[in-house]
Amino acid sequence: MTFNEKLTAYKTIVTKEYLRFIRIWIQTVLPPAITTALYFVIFGELIGSQISDIDGYSYMDYIVPGLILMSVITNSYANVVSSFYSAKFQRSIEELLISPTPNYLILAGFVSGGVARGLIVGLVVTMVAMFFSDFQVHSLLLSFTVFLLTAILFSIAGLINAIYAKSFDDITIIPTFVLTPLTYLGGIFYSIEMLPQFWQNISLINPILYMINSFRYGLLGISDTDITTALIIIILFITGLFSFALYLLNKGIGIKN
Amino acid sequence: MLALKISQLKKCYKNGTEALKGVDLEVEKGDFFALLGPNGAGKSTTISIISGLVNKSSGKIQIFDTDIDHEPALAKSYIGLVPQEFNFNQFEPVQEILINQAGYYGINRTAATERARQYLQQLELWDKRNVMARELSGGMKRRLMIARALIHQPKLLILDEPTAGVDIEIRRSMWDFLHRINQQGTTIILTTHYLEEAESLCKNIAIIDHGRTIESTSMRKLLAQLTMETFILYLDKHTSTVPLDIPDCEIRIIDDQTLEVDIEQSNNLNHVFEALSRHDIHVLSMRNKSNRLEQLFMHLVDKNRNNKELAAALIQTAQETCD
Ligand SMILES: Nc1ncnc2c1ncn2[C@@H]1O[C@H](COP(=O)(O)OP(=O)(O)O)[C@@H](O)[C@H]1O
Ligand SMILES: [Mg+2]
Repeated sequence: MTFNEKLTAYKTIVTKEYLRFIRIWIQTVLPPAITTALYFVIFGELIGSQISDIDGYSYMDYIVPGLILMSVITNSYANVVSSFYSAKFQRSIEELLISPTPNYLILAGFVSGGVARGLIVGLVVTMVAMFFSDFQVHSLLLSFTVFLLTAILFSIAGLINAIYAKSFDDITIIPTFVLTPLTYLGGIFYSIEMLPQFWQNISLINPILYMINSFRYGLLGISDTDITTALIIIILFITGLFSFALYLLNKGIGIKN
Repeated sequence: MLALKISQLKKCYKNGTEALKGVDLEVEKGDFFALLGPNGAGKSTTISIISGLVNKSSGKIQIFDTDIDHEPALAKSYIGLVPQEFNFNQFEPVQEILINQAGYYGINRTAATERARQYLQQLELWDKRNVMARELSGGMKRRLMIARALIHQPKLLILDEPTAGVDIEIRRSMWDFLHRINQQGTTIILTTHYLEEAESLCKNIAIIDHGRTIESTSMRKLLAQLTMETFILYLDKHTSTVPLDIPDCEIRIIDDQTLEVDIEQSNNLNHVFEALSRHDIHVLSMRNKSNRLEQLFMHLVDKNRNNKELAAALIQTAQETCD
């Protein structure tokens, strides 16, 4: 395939992925907006008003970055895992597998679709947040970088989940039993400094903690963890997962045996 | 030049099923080739490996001299596949399925839209272009998969039971279509259960059984191996009252004025006609009934099995003698 042909193939996958979730925006974009609005009302307004400031920010402001990033994580992951798995289930993935499109472009295409959903939902949630909070962005560049990298990371993770999945149950197990707990324990609603030392140390194993804190640093300028460390962790995860996903596709694991 | 060359293809699925134990195939460029064999013989597995959907265990495959291991992208660009099972997104509109498939081959949207129109019209699906795939009838879904397989204008079109479950009228129009495509230069490989289909379309043929190629020859030679032919005779009078015992052939009464006659190919029908005219019955017309390939096919498969058993028995005897 020439470069232009590859570009066409990539654009085809991305457009298809994009239209897939946009067509069903009531199921894909609207629910996270409503959920986060509820979080802001309940935790921000009602309970938050009883809680003292954290690092100089009101509780409402403090939870904004984590809630935005949580929606990015959940939606990027959900998009790729369900899209790729249903392509596997309906066997329409074969349309791609018989074509000369290289595996890295298939991977990039699906991941871009997940990133698109992560970003759109993230932006919608950010707009919802602006009704409740009037935070000033500390570093737009850093915020956007973390936002984007997180979307990429969880899109790839979703794809790996889909490759291994053998039933529709398998695509909800990881989000329910791994992703959601790690996200909630990743410091969306609290600073880990509030925890006893033991639990602080445990929390540091959680990669999502670094992402949420670096995003919070980007938006508000405060963080529990070092930003460089956080970025390195995220990039290592992306590289590792991308290589692994590509390996799985090249080997045809879960698809061609 | 060979459009397809397969040597010693083997496949063992992850669950331990040894689907292919040594398939060899050679298909000439421009051929219309039938790949036959009973259910579970390994036809679909072979086709899936050729088109990159399943990994082989061992063996070598070349498409127009391009090894699928060395240059998979180039090899894939030569092939158009119509798989046995429906494998499109049921919730995608017909036209989108074609345009997206073209996109995966690097064909841009404008060109793809034009080609989609062309194939949808040829395959009588144009009216359905905006309909979701799942709303199509079975025959339409098959034709959609044919259009999809042709969208990048492959040199080799492979169809895995394309007319399964398609009613006879549509089947015939699909045959005409495939015949035209072949005339225009596309090499075609087809598997089918309607042996009439292979007989009327294909020039060359291979038979696979239990994961091995057991026969590879021209359709003409294969048909010449037949010993029995069946004719249907349409008569001018009722036969029900007349005793018909004619030597060297088997006669079945279909209805009052129709007979079915099985006869050795070396014999001619004259003595049948004579026997009938003795009762003052005349043959108005007759036709050759094309169920012969089926019979031949069973015969070949059986013969092969016996040979294998024989060979196994011989080897064992030889070994015992040595001991
Ligand atoms: N995905 C699979 N996993 C395990 N065994 C399979 C798979 N697909 C086919 N088989 C087995 O391989 C053999 C050949 O099947 P197949 O290639 O579908 O034959 P055909 O198309 O000639 O009917 C059969 O025994 C079948 O059960
Ligand atoms: Mg089959």
